[in-house]
Amino acid sequence: MGVKSIYILNKAGGLIFQRDFGDSLSKLDSNDYLVIAGTLHSVHAITTRISPVAGSSGLTVMETPSFSLHIFQSQTGIKFMILTDRQQYGIDSIASRIHHLYSDYVMKNPFYTLEMPIRCEKFDRYLGAYISTVA
Amino acid sequence: MSKVRSVGEEVWKHKTDKINSELLTLTYGSIVAQLVADFDHDYAKVNKQLDKMGYNIGLRLIEELLAKTGLPRCQNFRDTAEAVAKVGFKMFMNITPTISNWSVDSKQFSLVFTENPLAEFVELPDKPNARDLWYSNIYAGVIRGALEMVQLQVEAEFVSDAVQDPSLPTEIRVRLVKVLEDEIPPGED
Repeated sequence: MGVKSIYILNKAGGLIFQRDFGDSLSKLDSNDYLVIAGTLHSVHAITTRISPVAGSSGLTVMETPSFSLHIFQSQTGIKFMILTDRQQYGIDSIASRIHHLYSDYVMKNPFYTLEMPIRCEKFDRYLGAYISTVA
Repeated sequence: MSKVRSVGEEVWKHKTDKINSELLTLTYGSIVAQLVADFDHDYAKVNKQLDKMGYNIGLRLIEELLAKTGLPRCQNFRDTAEAVAKVGFKMFMNITPTISNWSVDSKQFSLVFTENPLAEFVELPDKPNARDLWYSNIYAGVIRGALEMVQLQVEAEFVSDAVQDPSLPTEIRVRLVKVLEDEIPPGED
């Protein structure tokens, strides 16, 4: 149940943050995470182009028998990818909350360099605390 | 567009942490005074430095505005002006500058400030060239940085400042250079 994993991608599609929650996911090779992020970034871009409707936001949710993948993109081009179980509801508010934590503990950290991998302990801590409250 | 105003007020009332405004005023004052000392009263350099500092703040601050308001992408530069004045300045400074002097092509506007918390206690130094200093130039940088992150390249600069001459309004001119089409993320265009 709940949120299984969070990926954050910069506007170029580079993975700048990845964290699994709980222990239901097996660990991948660190390179694999980058590949997944890059692939989903491209797939997202492609879906905006092949949409039959103009001005499509692109891929926002992908469902599989075992999990759901949600993509939320900020107007600055930062993408949040959230893996949840299929029963998870209220994704919009979860994404908004994560965006919020990102704007506070990453963007406002003066020693964080924009577009670079996120190594912010406070962000990690508050994100962990929040995710543990998501049922 | 009164919706934009209410978004700004809502965020200000319920979603922002407040600090004593004098803390900000005095902190900013000491930064400017230190820059003036460091650059030995070369006010052009001070202006430039303030603009740069503001720019770096703007790059980061825009994300908070987007996260807290959930504002949709602006459809035109007039929407952008409204968002800057009524949401941006409202939520971060609790002021709402007036938008005026639109150019005919809707690519330039002015923000006119009737109050400016940064300059609350300021009298410029008694130096012949002190009027070259745009005391609150950090605003111009913030606007430029924040809009760049939503793919709008703008120039922002002071045209007059009540700190220099109380008979004049405090006015920032914002000019749209271009929409950075190539940078707009797919799905946002």
